[in-house]
Amino acid sequence: MKTYVRPVRWNWWTRNPYYVWYMLREASCVFIIAYALVLLMGLLRLSQGSAAYQGWLESLSHPAAIAFHMVALPLVLYHSWTWFKVMPKTMPYTRVPDRVIIVSGVIAAIVASLVLLALA
Amino acid sequence: VRKIVIECLRWHPETGGEPRSQAYEVPFTDDMSVLQGLQHIKDHIDGSLTFRWSCRMAICGSCGAMVNGVPRLACEAFLRDFLPGPLRIEPLNHFPIVRDLAVDQSDFLRKLESAKPFIVPGEKTPQGAHLQTPAQMDRYYQYSKCINCLLCYAACPQYGLNEEFTGPAVLALLHRYNADSRDAGKAERMPVVNTESGVWGCTLVGYCSEVCPKGVDPARAINQNKIESAKDYALRFLK
Repeated sequence: MKTYVRPVRWNWWTRNPYYVWYMLREASCVFIIAYALVLLMGLLRLSQGSAAYQGWLESLSHPAAIAFHMVALPLVLYHSWTWFKVMPKTMPYTRVPDRVIIVSGVIAAIVASLVLLALA
Repeated sequence: VRKIVIECLRWHPETGGEPRSQAYEVPFTDDMSVLQGLQHIKDHIDGSLTFRWSCRMAICGSCGAMVNGVPRLACEAFLRDFLPGPLRIEPLNHFPIVRDLAVDQSDFLRKLESAKPFIVPGEKTPQGAHLQTPAQMDRYYQYSKCINCLLCYAACPQYGLNEEFTGPAVLALLHRYNADSRDAGKAERMPVVNTESGVWGCTLVGYCSEVCPKGVDPARAINQNKIESAKDYALRFLK
């Protein structure tokens, strides 16, 4: 049978907003990694003594570091939200309504963040 | 009578070449579906336009098409919602075009067969018939509503990028039988689930579940089976 196969072009994801949000979710993982590396660096500096840790803290107030965090924060928040949103689909079968799973995940994340902020 | 321009993607195997778009001006009333718009074209304007349809009421799953870039059943979309137009109708994405809006479904059908989409009988129960509680039925019921319309395949970029991927509907139907308390065929189906082209080919885009006209959630079936697949992998070392 003679058929015509339409090629999938590199910009396939620009043709539907749903795919754009998906690609943003996937791309935002780069900022999650960068964020984690910044925190790991802080942990490393902490292990090297208070002077090293102080230096790391000061480096965070550099305009470039602030600019990075301004971009990373919303992307990390979006990334986290997308995974809470699909959490019910990735869990074993349960009769708990999806909304309850999503909302409790988000609340747990907010509470954990607030506790960390209070400790900091 | 209001009118709307419907642009159809056309391709005929006899002429070949690149598919081209052809515009038709279609008069319509408020109760007319996109499918009825296509039927108007075929009956009154251009008899050479080819498309599949049967039931006209979202049961048969034949009339799936890209409607303004979104996979939809033509019978379930209404012309009045696309004013002022033009309305773009293309064959379902990711499938080879056979003729105009008709696509080649053989890849899907081959995969569907591999999933053994039927109850594999197990041991006989003492009472003869296999009884099932509503709670047991709830584990698979939504997946049993699939009508094989292929909208989820047209929505899945992973299938578009790699047609080896088993895809949403087949994996959802596979899960429908695995999750059925009367079935004993899980061990025969897990090899389909476990491969790179099985559930692991899915990156949870989730658009399959959005476009399903029957409320099936293939993304859920696939991602729950990632757990099953991991268990299946780990447990074989204990056997």
